Amino acid sequence: MPFYEHVFVARQDATPQAVETLTEEIKGILEANGGKLASQENWGVRTLAYRIKKNRKGHFVLLNIDAPSKAVQEMERLQKINEDILRFMTVRVEAFEEGPSAMMKARDRDERRREFGDRDGGFGGGFGGGRDRDRGDRGDRPPRRDRDEAPRSFEGGAA
Amino acid sequence: MSTPTNTATTNPTRRPFFRRRKTDPFTGPQAPKIDYKDVRLLQRFISERGKIVPSRITAVSVKNQRALAKAIKRARFLALLPYVIA
Repeated sequence: MPFYEHVFVARQDATPQAVETLTEEIKGILEANGGKLASQENWGVRTLAYRIKKNRKGHFVLLNIDAPSKAVQEMERLQKINEDILRFMTVRVEAFEEGPSAMMKARDRDERRREFGDRDGGFGGGFGGGRDRDRGDRGDRPPRRDRDEAPRSFEGGAA
Repeated sequence: MSTPTNTATTNPTRRPFFRRRKTDPFTGPQAPKIDYKDVRLLQRFISERGKIVPSRITAVSVKNQRALAKAIKRARFLALLPYVIA
């Protein structure tokens, strides 16, 4: 049977127990269709990068699934109906990665950052503007200083 | 005194200083795996605006850039990364 990595995002005001029962349900669906849940990983409540159905946060769960495609289709069909589930994505993989995923490894550091300021420190690409380009490309963007008062990590030229 | 004969074979006239060719961050023994779940890694390859940074700046190889773009798009779909930072 093929391997799938499946991530779903549940509504922010669902309780952790509700998420737990949700995964149990999914497990039941898979097993009823001749598949099995190899492992699961709960990423907890994470801030969404953008709002989905008015939610700013969501419970993330990663499931490693070993099941026939029929079972996965059935599971996805039911997830589309379920209103507690905001998003889900299934990716076929050749093999499961062993050990905790990159998300879990990065988590404690992420959490510490989050305490400082929600939106601000989150995203600021590693590559700033001008410094790194080695070939002329499109013209400079108009200055956006008004919005970018807060110092970004890797700004091109020191102001 | 005379003209420099063998200073830079690659591009003798373009720049007054020599810029070392950067290498692909995803090749080599210690290279990280491109994975849509590794938000911290992917964040290094998006601009302040949330755009995917072109490989000519990041020196990611063509093949890895394709994988990277796919990973970033997957992460965006799951709201792990933004489509746009307003």
